Amino acid sequence: MTLLQVKDLSVTLITAQGPQEVISNINFSMDAGDKLGIVGESGCGKSISALAMMSLLPPDSQTSGKIILEDQDILSLNSTQICSIRGNRIGMIFQEPMTALNPVKKIGAQVSESIDLHMNLNRKQTLERVTELMDKVGLAVSRFPLNLYPHQLSGGQRQRVMIAMAIACNPKILIADEPTTALDVTVQEQILDLIRDLADSSGMALIMISHDLGVIAQTTQNVMVMYTGNIVEMGRTVDVFQNMLHPYTYGLFSAIPHAGSSAQKKRKRLSCIPGQVPELHLRPQGCNFADRCSKVSHKCKAIEPAATKISDQHQVWCYHPLTQEDKK
Amino acid sequence: MKQPLVKIEDVYKDYQLPKKYLFQKAPFFRALHGINLELNQGSSFGIVGESGCGKSTLARIVMALDNPTSGTVFFEGRDLFNIPSAELRHLRRNFQMVFQDPYGSLNPRKNILGIVAEPLDTLKERLSFAEKKERVSQILVEVGLNAADTDKFPHEFSGGQRQRIAIARALITRPSLIVADESVSALDVSVQAQVLNLMMDLQDKYNLTYMFISHDLSVVEYVTDHVAVIYMGQIVEQGTTKSLFQNPLHPYTQTLLRAVPDVNPLNKRREVKERIPQFEMTSKSCPFLDRCIKATKNCADNAPKLVENMGHWVACFNPDVA
Repeated sequence: MTLLQVKDLSVTLITAQGPQEVISNINFSMDAGDKLGIVGESGCGKSISALAMMSLLPPDSQTSGKIILEDQDILSLNSTQICSIRGNRIGMIFQEPMTALNPVKKIGAQVSESIDLHMNLNRKQTLERVTELMDKVGLAVSRFPLNLYPHQLSGGQRQRVMIAMAIACNPKILIADEPTTALDVTVQEQILDLIRDLADSSGMALIMISHDLGVIAQTTQNVMVMYTGNIVEMGRTVDVFQNMLHPYTYGLFSAIPHAGSSAQKKRKRLSCIPGQVPELHLRPQGCNFADRCSKVSHKCKAIEPAATKISDQHQVWCYHPLTQEDKK
Repeated sequence: MKQPLVKIEDVYKDYQLPKKYLFQKAPFFRALHGINLELNQGSSFGIVGESGCGKSTLARIVMALDNPTSGTVFFEGRDLFNIPSAELRHLRRNFQMVFQDPYGSLNPRKNILGIVAEPLDTLKERLSFAEKKERVSQILVEVGLNAADTDKFPHEFSGGQRQRIAIARALITRPSLIVADESVSALDVSVQAQVLNLMMDLQDKYNLTYMFISHDLSVVEYVTDHVAVIYMGQIVEQGTTKSLFQNPLHPYTQTLLRAVPDVNPLNKRREVKERIPQFEMTSKSCPFLDRCIKATKNCADNAPKLVENMGHWVACFNPDVA
């Protein structure tokens, strides 16, 4: 059954240069238990799409399209109805565990907040639930009492508290927005393992947002690559990462220094995408990537490309998808 | 033998912690624990480790921004912490730093001319305004910006361009050593590649020496030719990048390398076994004791010293010679 369906979602924000469309016409759907990755550079709209799903966009923003969770369109609900979904059926882990937690509230109180709001339990049951959650995220109450404050925990431990808060009401969907960007690699590994295990054991759907291609490769089954508010390539993670078709996806991959580079005799220059992401009010007509693309044609500059289906699950928004020869 | 550009000799750094009781001896935290390193002119030296391991403290000491508790740093044979302050100030033009955050490290109220020329003013280079502007424009072109950008302000630039400005500011005094503390970790991958390429080109052109501090192992592997892995203020493994990355011997280095998520979704990570610490940590033990899978009684009683093994140096009693 389709759990979440996003149809023609567009988001317009009011900026200093007037209203600007930051996400245009994105479509995707997810089933229960799916793991979807959203990857792209800063400003590509990956966080805004997550905020749209949580209905957390700034009040003066305009949205069009539909975000259908089970049978409700999130965008058409009023604020009370949204409150019963946010934190309850959709949970979210934010990027910065240092600032996302309230520094003057004890961790136990922060975890129980959404339980109090959504679950209708008495005090004893709430305490049991919080204890169970803390166990699940690896902060056993015997070592980490609930009356600790966030500053008494390390970055990784704080991110675990954030995860406990996000999964407190057994959400159907867990959105993780750059959950490990601020953490060391060894801690990142533990947190990713934890998120993956929790999703597997409870059948939660997971949306993993990251700029790190490695994180996406190791945690998701499907992936969408975003650039300036558009999806440019979408498909199974294996297909997209093994056989990338959009010049932008390929550019992203070639820009990472690969492990084993020290084995080469002479240091090669990193290949990089020329130019930079165009600013919101300067986005060109036609394909947004046209100015930085090596395969650009007249058509690209005039009309925005529509989705081309390569296989059942692999789509690319490009007139000139890469061939094997281009990648040499 | 040629004299190394920088020689770090047995550097210890203790930070005092607040007293818990009035008459207590003030406790301290040992951030660096006997660091010895040599950086040769024209090379790139990588410093790798987790947050809190002391890599930034080491950078501050090499830049003479902080005094070591004991030990010292020689720059071109001169002891940075035992020379008159006027001489140190004069010497400072030879080593400059590029910081991590391109948003926090540029003063938003100064224009680019003011920012990039600031080291010249501080070092009392008596230049006329026109000369100064000329030199700044030149260096801006070098780092891939426009000569006419001198009148702009930092907010008019993107993250990558700001980092280029920070590099220009470091280069303006024609230094021989640049300490780059996590200089590319705040940038997007495609921009990061541009900045890394720029840094390599500048190195070739001016025979620069980089001390490159990063937690991103693939960047360090790409950029540097020597690496030191630091754990809790001590060097646990050190050697040429090639030998260290191809043949990591210390369990900590291996843990770090294994933790980097692979971009190939088919290469699934090996599961790591949970391990319960068997030995009690004392002040004499190996610092990695409680996280090590190969810990023995010997590791708990004595801290291993750096010994040469398979072409590089490792501080471990049971290095993994596979």
